[in-house]
Formats: sequence, C-alpha cells, structure tokens
Amino acid sequence: MSNRTTIERKSELELVVTRLFNGPPRIVFEAWTKPELMKLWWAPKSSGVPLLSCEMDVRVGGQYRLAFGHDAASSFAFFGKYLEVEPPSRLVWTNDESEDAAVTTVTFEEKDGQTLLVLHELYPSKEALDEAIAGMEDGMPEQFEQLDALLATLGASA
Amino acid sequence: MVQYSTARLDASFAALSDATRRGVLEQLGRSDASITELADKFHMTLTGMKKHVGVLEHAGFVTTQKVGRVRTCRLGLRKLEEEAAWIESYRQVWAARFDALDQVVEDLIRREKIDE
Repeated sequence: MSNRTTIERKSELELVVTRLFNGPPRIVFEAWTKPELMKLWWAPKSSGVPLLSCEMDVRVGGQYRLAFGHDAASSFAFFGKYLEVEPPSRLVWTNDESEDAAVTTVTFEEKDGQTLLVLHELYPSKEALDEAIAGMEDGMPEQFEQLDALLATLGASA
Repeated sequence: MVQYSTARLDASFAALSDATRRGVLEQLGRSDASITELADKFHMTLTGMKKHVGVLEHAGFVTTQKVGRVRTCRLGLRKLEEEAAWIESYRQVWAARFDALDQVVEDLIRREKIDE
C-alpha cells in the first residue's frame, strides 16, 4: 500500500503536492538529483510517455533538461535552471519552457526516519495557473484523455 | 454561443451570493465531504448546511449522493468541477511518479545496507 499523494490549490498562484516516503531525506534527495535515478521514476510506465533524455547539473545556476517522447522527432522538453540547492532538504528550480510557467520548490523534511516531501509550484499570475489548467490539452493529450474519462465517470455517477 | 436560461443564471447568482456557500465550493474543490463534515467545518447546524447544499445542488454546482446514512457532496459538472478534475488528474501524475520513486528509495536503502 503506497502513501497518499495529496494536492491542493493553495491560492490563486500556488499548487502544493505532498507525499510521505519511507526513507530518510538524504536518500529521497539523492533520487531527485541524480539523472540515472530520476530516469527510473520521473516518467513511470503508466504515464505512457517515456523519458528520452535527462540532463541535470544540480548546483545553483546549473541547468536541467528533460526530454519526453517516443522518438526525437516527436519529443518535447522541459528545461530550466536551479535557483537553490541545499542537500538534503531543499531544491528550487525554474521552468523555462514557457513564460508563464511556475517556479518549483521541493522540500524534504525528516519525520521519524521518513521524509515528508512538499512540492510547491508558484505561478507568476492567477491567469498563468488558470492557463496551465486550461491549456494542458496542448502539451499533454494523455492527461486530457484521463480527464475525459474522469469526467465521464463523474457524469455517470452524478 | 452557449445559451443560458435566465432561471439557471438566477439560480447560479443566488447560490454564489453567500460567503458560506462559496466556502463550501472551495472546500469541495479540495475533496468530497459529507454534510456533517461541512457543517462542522463551517460551525453550522446540520439543518443549516443542508439548506446551503440544497441551494448549490439546485444551481448545479454540487451533486450529492447518499450511501448508507451519509450524504456525500462533490462539485457538480461545471467549471469548478473541470478544474477539480484537472487537479485530480495532475495529482494522479504525481502519485504514479511517487509510487515509482518509492521503489528507487527502497533500492537505495537496500544497497546502502549491503555496503555497510
């Protein structure tokens, strides 16, 4: 039984995802900062879109680039740079693939040998977050298929 | 163009004109809740909360379903529901990632123990 992932639109500008991991922060932090480990979990099979490449220079000002897709021709990339790197408790990076993208802060807090992970996305404006919600259709068709399926389920049970 | 009926619009505005009802919608955007939970959350009697939920339900903002003795409220299939559904699908993206990350963390810990 895995731990529960929760998500909350904390304000007009913020989305917050939280999750508890059964290991100390230094281990979880390692899994977020080594490309060979990121590759193992960032694009799980169920997402349907494989991670083609993963380059990460994890230091303040260092760049990262994650490319997704089935082949180079149809791939799309997420990239940006690290603003804060404080092992094993804090990572902050920009998302530069769009002007309206969020700044992501991940904190790793020790809780009795476990790690409470909080991922915080801060969008530059309410419109940007609304747009991210409305505009996912372009970037991630799979997610919208999921959304359609979910809406259909909700509609059927309503 | 979408045609809105006047009656429907009136019901919508009436439903949203009340601060408690707006709070209830915001709460249901985060998670489904029973009438009892909502009444507790907003320090209100069960009867008072039932009335508010009734108004929201009539306007189509909320749907309710009774299972056993508990009536569960969730956002209706309108704008707020679309947002909540997107957020839920985004949550599922992270949940899938984190389940895979559990495995990585477990493997790292096991490797560390072998190395000791």
